[in-house]
Amino acid sequence: MIEVVNLHKSFKKNVVLKGIDLTIGDQGITAILGPNGSGKTTFIKSILGLVIPQSGEIKVQNQSIKGRDDYRSGISHLPQIASFPENLTGRELIKLVKDLRKGESREDELIDLLNLRQELDKKMGNLSGGNKQKINIVLALMFDTPLIILDEPSTGLDPVSLLRFKEFIKKESDAGKKILLTTHIMDLVDKLADDVIFLLDGNIHFQGTVKQLLTTTGEQTIEKSIASLLQSDV
Amino acid sequence: MIEVFKYSLKDMVRNRWIFLYTGFFLLVTISLLALSNDLMKVTISMSNIVLILTPLVGLLFGTMYCYNSREFIDLLLAQPLSRISVYSGVYLGLAVSLILSVVIGIGVPMVFYGIFSSEALVPFIVLFSMAIVLSIIFSLIAFLIAARFENKLKGFGLAIFVWLFFAVIYDGILLLVLMWFKEYPLEKLTIGLTLFNPIDLARILILLKLDVSAMMGYTGAVLQKYLGSGMGILTIITSLTLWIIIPAMFLKRILYRKDF
Repeated sequence: MIEVVNLHKSFKKNVVLKGIDLTIGDQGITAILGPNGSGKTTFIKSILGLVIPQSGEIKVQNQSIKGRDDYRSGISHLPQIASFPENLTGRELIKLVKDLRKGESREDELIDLLNLRQELDKKMGNLSGGNKQKINIVLALMFDTPLIILDEPSTGLDPVSLLRFKEFIKKESDAGKKILLTTHIMDLVDKLADDVIFLLDGNIHFQGTVKQLLTTTGEQTIEKSIASLLQSDV
Repeated sequence: MIEVFKYSLKDMVRNRWIFLYTGFFLLVTISLLALSNDLMKVTISMSNIVLILTPLVGLLFGTMYCYNSREFIDLLLAQPLSRISVYSGVYLGLAVSLILSVVIGIGVPMVFYGIFSSEALVPFIVLFSMAIVLSIIFSLIAFLIAARFENKLKGFGLAIFVWLFFAVIYDGILLLVLMWFKEYPLEKLTIGLTLFNPIDLARILILLKLDVSAMMGYTGAVLQKYLGSGMGILTIITSLTLWIIIPAMFLKRILYRKDF
């Protein structure tokens, strides 16, 4: 699904990605982990073409993304920070995204799943953080795409919604989609992820299945494995 | 791009600052009309307000809107759209709503007071178009600033400076130049320098149509001679067009290289 060769990115003097080489398969849920500032979001944004790397190549579905916009119709992206025009309602935003990306959409399923129907006609400026995140999820996931990228999806969600969201993601993965996920909530990784990419200081420190991670570090839980990966480096 | 524009405009026309701006124009125009029945005088008074206010509001509003829309722009950029079409859509939403403010705030009351059957019609049309052109130019410069500088404080500072420069400092510098080189013939230099300031250009175009240049003595005569002719007006219009095209090209360049 995604091939990354020798990806370098720095913001002025701050070197964020130091030559990432990576192949991500067509199916399953891959969690991208790493401490704050390890380059997770920059990496995801490079795949989306939002960040322009200094060097290296990124291929999505076997085609280089350089200078192209159309490949994003095959990607659903849930951004980390949900902020929208204050004077538009959720319904209007959903309609906007539908107008932008023609094709079948399934917003009703998601709206019911997240129990969002009463909030749709309120202006975004009047919605709570959690409800904004729910609108964010509906906007991001209402199209049936082969690749789904989630940047900190659990932010602000109540337990019931989080549970339903996890089930939805699991279902998508079972339907043969590829899901990339960044999070700091290890429980989410434990429940969802098939494999893990661990980024540290702009390099890939570990890549493999969750099981491999546990055996490599000799720990019982993902949380402890990550801690031990971090410590082994210090 | 059209879709983004539609929604950006929808968001803008509900914005309370736009309401305030429109309301201010309405209030000023109606008050001036109530004070004087002479539409020519009202047009002259309005031109002073428009030449100061439209660039200021275009700059401040443009930077504010662009910074506030950052995450929304990110969301749009994750869709299969090019950067140019996203920014064009958002920019057009802003520019059109600023223009609507001018149309409703100045145009509507003047039409009600019978501008169409008045001798002030031509100067008013020039004033009206300049209000629109200045809104377009300065909100575009605002977008350029906001796209170039991530730091909001820097962006706002620069926006205010740009306004101060073109509205006040530029004329000061022009005067200084004229003082220093008063021994030399300066007509062409002055006219040339004026072409680099869109506010001055708009002011001259309005003055020429107001026919008050006759009362401005030698300066008026020079302006009339160099810029009053068909060729001169064409030069002014070309220069104002370049004031739109050049910032737009810079914006395009920045957008292609920018990290979001």
